[in-house]
Amino acid sequence: MSDMFPLTVTGAETRRRGKILVGPVDLTLAGQGSCVVIGPNGAGKTSLLRLLHGAARLSTGEITWACDVEQAHHDQSFVFQRPVMLRRSVEDNLMYPLRIRKVPKAEARDLAHHWAEKVGLRDMLKRHAPVLSGGEQQKLALARALITQPKLVFLDEPCAALDGRATREIEEILNAVRATGTRLIMTTHNMGQARRLADEVVFMRQGRVHEHASAETFFDAPASEQAQAFLNGDIVE
Amino acid sequence: MTDLWDGISRAIWMVLSLDANLLEITLRSLQVTLTALVVASAIALPLAAFLSVRRFRLRRSVIALLNALMGLPPVVVGLVVYILLSRSGPLGVLGLLFTPTAMVIAQVIIIVPLIASIAHQSLRDLWAEYHDLLISMNVSQWQKITTLLWDARRALLTAALAGFGRAIGEVGAIMIVGGNIDNATRVLTTAIALETGKGDFALALGLGFVLIALAVLVNLAIHWLGRTEREGRW
Amino acid sequence: MKRLMAMMSAIVLATAAQAGDVMKLAVTTSFHNSGLSDVLLPEIQKDLGLEVQLLVVGTGQALKLGQAGDVDAILVHSRKAEDKFLAEGFGTHRREIMYNDFVFIGPDSDPAQISEADSAVAALQKIEAAKAPFVSRGDDSGTHKKELGLWSAADLDAGEFDGWYRAVGAGMGAALNTASGMNAYIISDRASWLNFGNKGDLALLYAGDPVLFNQYAYLPVNPDLHSHVKSDLVADLESWLVSDKAKSLIDTYKINGETLFTFNAK
Repeated sequence: MSDMFPLTVTGAETRRRGKILVGPVDLTLAGQGSCVVIGPNGAGKTSLLRLLHGAARLSTGEITWACDVEQAHHDQSFVFQRPVMLRRSVEDNLMYPLRIRKVPKAEARDLAHHWAEKVGLRDMLKRHAPVLSGGEQQKLALARALITQPKLVFLDEPCAALDGRATREIEEILNAVRATGTRLIMTTHNMGQARRLADEVVFMRQGRVHEHASAETFFDAPASEQAQAFLNGDIVE
Repeated sequence: MTDLWDGISRAIWMVLSLDANLLEITLRSLQVTLTALVVASAIALPLAAFLSVRRFRLRRSVIALLNALMGLPPVVVGLVVYILLSRSGPLGVLGLLFTPTAMVIAQVIIIVPLIASIAHQSLRDLWAEYHDLLISMNVSQWQKITTLLWDARRALLTAALAGFGRAIGEVGAIMIVGGNIDNATRVLTTAIALETGKGDFALALGLGFVLIALAVLVNLAIHWLGRTEREGRW
Repeated sequence: MKRLMAMMSAIVLATAAQAGDVMKLAVTTSFHNSGLSDVLLPEIQKDLGLEVQLLVVGTGQALKLGQAGDVDAILVHSRKAEDKFLAEGFGTHRREIMYNDFVFIGPDSDPAQISEADSAVAALQKIEAAKAPFVSRGDDSGTHKKELGLWSAADLDAGEFDGWYRAVGAGMGAALNTASGMNAYIISDRASWLNFGNKGDLALLYAGDPVLFNQYAYLPVNPDLHSHVKSDLVADLESWLVSDKAKSLIDTYKINGETLFTFNAK
């Protein structure tokens, strides 16, 4: 359904002070479902997400969307591992991305209430966001990322700091979002979560895309030794 | 010691009797300083926010300069403003010397670096917190600035109050550019200097206590007025 | 927060616009400290509908203000400096209005015995001989110039005095405060002395020598140099200052029963 995809990445690299954070990456993503990026620590998962999102500078290579870049950036949002809470009420946090986009106040408020309901924060609309619990904050961050109806949402370890119940709630929301056709690209350390949510998998190692396959193929029969080892829980570098 | 008690009773008496003269210079003190505060905040706060969100080559130098200018000697500021505004100076045609406007100008120059420096410290911290989110949302430069200013408003109020404190108690610069003219540019601090010069310590001290009370009252009032949307905060 | 903004802007906007005639007059501290202005200004306001804004400064700065055109007229008491001001074309003319006198103030015990002096010059010589603490204005004011003139008349050079001579670089009141604190001798105009509230152990020790007379003159700023100067108002004020009404107000002005000024306008 999306006119943003396919997304084509060729020879993309991010360097900081001469050191390569991620890349060179070659990757083509089609327009469906959720893509889960996995791999050992320091493999460059977060850097890849930031690079695709345009939040990290591209040192060399190219990232091409099917539409123009402005439009692509307009239609995507990002959820961070540690949610960034604006020092405002829950309601104002939800309204913020809409107000930035000049959505009229009344409409923005209606949408904020709608999304608060969806993620179970209905009773907390007037609360000051920075004092919410970790799970509530991440749900708020998720709702705030979804409220502009993006076609693509990046999620960087969205459940890393959360307990089982909060993780399940977040996953339910993500499944619902996926069902509406929104593309998800997320990283996770939790293999169970990867299996539950992934339609396709990108396995990263040492800053590069080591393997890219459908979830079924990857989990049943990974192509590389390292991916197999990683799935087995062995230490992979 | 007797002077001190005389001063206190003099202050109480002047306030209770609503001394017309006292009322006038007190209101003028307030008006000059609050005007300076509003103008200075309108310059300093956006400047501080701009310095927080925008990276440019001279940014560090500008911040260092602002920090250094916090210690600007008011007398020198007064002198420079005086020379600029004097009829024989470059801005003489405006005829602003020895008017409350000249006093406002001097105070603005004195407190802009102070407000900007203090504000910049809290805005910089807030920006570090918000950076990733706002960049991700493709927020425009102007929206970044307004977001920071709005969400840091409590800290900014503190910065503004520091500016107010420095301006309301300032005497060196406004004495020079205002001229301490009775019924025109006399304010509490210059009146205190004048009465001290006449050796009337009790009256000077009385005015001093009124000045302190005024500063405290304004601080309380601004804090109180600034406490909007307090309900449901915690 | 919005309420706060609204209130602040209300205060800022409430700048009372002043109507009516206003002029600026630079006067010396000694004149202002005498309190005479508090008597004259309301009468001027009443008779002429003119608000005279006083800039109270030393003679040096008063002349400077007139020279720069920052005031419309000046009222000072330093003949030499006034003549120079006129010679350089900064003022239109000089009109003598009144005089008062300078007095010698010092510790009640009078260690230099100046109360027995037969002239102002002799009094200064006694102070120098006793190396008694002496406070000088040191601010280029009319009073300061007068003091320096007297020292040179006494064949002494104030620049060469050591520790006992203190130039404070301040107005009459501040200098009197210093003298009071140090129990030192000082030359003051009579008015400032009488109105001074912190006398301590100080007392008036010597007065009366005609060289101590202190002539006040009114000098309008030259409108040819400064077109914004309000010459009409300046002229109005001058005629009022030399009027019979001004004469009686000035001659009858007293502090503690003492007459301070003598009207001598012609």
